[in-house]
Amino acid sequence: MSTNIDNSRREFLRMTSLTAGGFLLGFNWLGNELKAAPVAINAALAGDVGFNSYISISADGIVTLFSPNPELGQNIMTSFPMIVAEELDADWSKVKVVQAALDTTKFERQLTGGSGAVPHSWMRLRKAGATARAMLVEAAAKRWNVPAGECIAENGFVIHAASGKKLGYGELAAEAATVPVPADVKLKDRKDFKLIGTAVRNVENQKIHTGKPLFGLDFYREGMMHAMIQRPTAFGLKLKSVDSAAAKAMPGIIDVVTFGNNVAVVGKSTWEVMKARKVLKVEYEKDGALESSADHDKLFHDLLDNGKATVQRKNGDVEAAFKNAAKIIKSEYQCPFLAHSPMEPMNFFAHVRADGVELVGPSQTPASARTAVSKLLNIAEDKITLQLTRLGGGFGRRLKFDYVTEAAELSSIIKAPVKVTWSKEDDMTGGSYRPAVRYRFEAALDSNGNMTGYRLRGVGINSGNPTRQDNFPSGAVDNLLIESVEHVSPITTGAWRAPITNFLAFAEQSFLDEVAQAAGKDPVEFRLNLLQKARTSPAGEIKYDIGRMEGVIKMAADKAGWGTKKGVYQGFSVYFSHRSYVAQVCEVAMEKGKPAVKKIYAVADCGEVVNLSGARQQVMGGVVDGYGHAMFGKLTFKDGETEQKNYNTYRLIRMKEIPEVEPYFVDNGIEPTGLGEPALPPTGGAVANAIFKATGRRIKNQPFNDDELFGGKRVKSTLKKERPG
Amino acid sequence: MATYNLKINGKSHQVDVAADTPLLWVLRDHLGLVGTKYACGTAQCGACTVHVNGTAARSCMMPISGIASSEITTIEGLSENGDHPVQQAWDEVDVAQCGYCQAGQIMTAAAFLKRNPDPTDEEIASAMHGNICRCGAYHRIREAVKLASTKI
Ligand code: FES
Ligand code: FES
Repeated sequence: MSTNIDNSRREFLRMTSLTAGGFLLGFNWLGNELKAAPVAINAALAGDVGFNSYISISADGIVTLFSPNPELGQNIMTSFPMIVAEELDADWSKVKVVQAALDTTKFERQLTGGSGAVPHSWMRLRKAGATARAMLVEAAAKRWNVPAGECIAENGFVIHAASGKKLGYGELAAEAATVPVPADVKLKDRKDFKLIGTAVRNVENQKIHTGKPLFGLDFYREGMMHAMIQRPTAFGLKLKSVDSAAAKAMPGIIDVVTFGNNVAVVGKSTWEVMKARKVLKVEYEKDGALESSADHDKLFHDLLDNGKATVQRKNGDVEAAFKNAAKIIKSEYQCPFLAHSPMEPMNFFAHVRADGVELVGPSQTPASARTAVSKLLNIAEDKITLQLTRLGGGFGRRLKFDYVTEAAELSSIIKAPVKVTWSKEDDMTGGSYRPAVRYRFEAALDSNGNMTGYRLRGVGINSGNPTRQDNFPSGAVDNLLIESVEHVSPITTGAWRAPITNFLAFAEQSFLDEVAQAAGKDPVEFRLNLLQKARTSPAGEIKYDIGRMEGVIKMAADKAGWGTKKGVYQGFSVYFSHRSYVAQVCEVAMEKGKPAVKKIYAVADCGEVVNLSGARQQVMGGVVDGYGHAMFGKLTFKDGETEQKNYNTYRLIRMKEIPEVEPYFVDNGIEPTGLGEPALPPTGGAVANAIFKATGRRIKNQPFNDDELFGGKRVKSTLKKERPG
Repeated sequence: MATYNLKINGKSHQVDVAADTPLLWVLRDHLGLVGTKYACGTAQCGACTVHVNGTAARSCMMPISGIASSEITTIEGLSENGDHPVQQAWDEVDVAQCGYCQAGQIMTAAAFLKRNPDPTDEEIASAMHGNICRCGAYHRIREAVKLASTKI
């Protein structure tokens, strides 16, 4: 990227005037050449390419950062400014962070998903901070007429130690804006980090604790209408007829409008709309298969035996390995659908006017949502604004934008600003779900207990590929076949925190325990041996980092005192997902003849930890999420309709049910690799493996609470009782 | 429709709503007090918790006609400057993830600590068991209630 310094100076001056004496530094989020271009140079391109975000330093020394990514509890609004402030040597008490609106000309990857925000932006943010620091130092040096090399930046000041001179960033901001942007800047050595790696509190705490309007549902606009939508009550139904006379006659109701399969009740307040909705008379007719979970159970077995499989990975000669095996282990695992069920119900505000569209609300993918609205209403994207609110949880649900497009469509029909609110029931019955999946694993052991063959076939309902064919143990087994079978259904599915791996990890880590047991090996030893094999004689391509995986395994075993404890039963699990590695040890005690999950040690290698407080939250929350859903999570269908509609029947974990969680982080200085999801997948496996040690019973289906061990009635096992060796 | 005179956060308010309107929606839609959250709407999760005469109560299923003369406190009125010991503890422990459940958690905790200022971990878990946190911030909620108990 070539840059004209004069241009950049002019742009800086122009921006400076915008902030009344302050200093605005643009830095480009669009640059793919992370390591090449110094960030500030891109400020020069503001006119053409556009800025993607700004550091602004006002005359009073306040440093503002626009945070582009949707905040749903992953704490990005705190981590991002920490990274900038570190390199800037800012005074943290003077850093402010502002949620940016959707702007695809300024930001890249303005979404929340895939645990990718910090990995994506790490270098960009550091360079932005370091560049601004260099310019502030330069400005001070000029004013004092000393070499810049003699000045240091510290906590919001530039200091010239020799003369004892000291100026605040606010005092230097205007001059700094006239300094040529340095072509290259030196980033800090990690040993000099003062902020990164420490525990910093959520920058929005005060607003959250005092009930300030932060969330989409909190958005109100003078003259805004309220609406709720009656959608088909089951997947596979479509609208047949609507009688809305009674609803329209209810107090506070402005209109009832029908579009597609939606019947929208529009009124002056939420409660009036809720009441009127109850007197709607809506009839539906069949539009597709009305599927039931009982049928899915049968279907899974059939598809595992006879389904049309897609090969996802193949190494060696699997047939031969199984033919020559001394021992074959075979096992199947199944999980139900899950609702995302974030606490804040789906909602969005839309105002479609003649000259453009205004959208406000919680979205994990604001850019895709806007594109969809643009296509639907045939209005150019540059006429559509989208202001992000804080998200009351997402878990993948708000990667979909059905609730955005329907709000926009409704506003275009009623020609008024409207906020559409979903009830919990609306989302649980008509949302999108973690797909139900069943896996069949087979392993071949030779007479020395080495795994010579490995077969995995996964079948899922609208799951796409329910395997992760290149994850461990792929690469560690010479003969391996991984296949997927898909069943297409009217039931909508989507990414659910740690897509696919949220269940696959449990199944695979449980199965590896079964294999280790059959081979007469310690589960930790067994996994380490496989990794060693992958290192010395890999079978095909290895797409995970063997050393990092070994690192978390060893550290987890060490922290938990693996194999050294009396009175508790330990289970092990390790998983690589979204670029990061997490190993867990679960401890179970027997209480009154029942297994009680006491504690989970979790060791994460997510590279550099930015905010220790946020990172611990992601690990502890991820473990609670993984454990809670493995234990209780279940969404079932009867004739296309969910049998669970709200929290009374869709059970979420509560405080009395949590085990202790002890999080640890590997300190290896690798650039951040993400942490929003990776702590969740290993949990189910660690728990099930510990339960097996304690009881001799292997739980193979989620939710665990349905198992007879916990008094569940649904799953009656026909399996023989196994006892740990 | 009927007129109700309400005492909320020490101030009087007059609203003209149907008798069955839940307090939650009076607060949110009619008075602009949106700190009290709507989640399940069926008294299952505690997101809508407020204080009615000092006791924690779920506003989502509480018809306005039944509470007209009560003293209502919402998260906005828990303290003047956001410095109630429970709010302070929530900040020190850095509890919130998405934050959506936290107003309800704080209101439940504040009412509980008034009744039981020196609780054990088990008592805390029992008192907070009705409040769901989908983000799973339970460890820190428990820790913050404990810390708040030392400040009260
Ligand atoms: S919204 Fe009232 S208890 Fe859930
Ligand atoms: S912090 Fe997200 S629901 Fe509790």
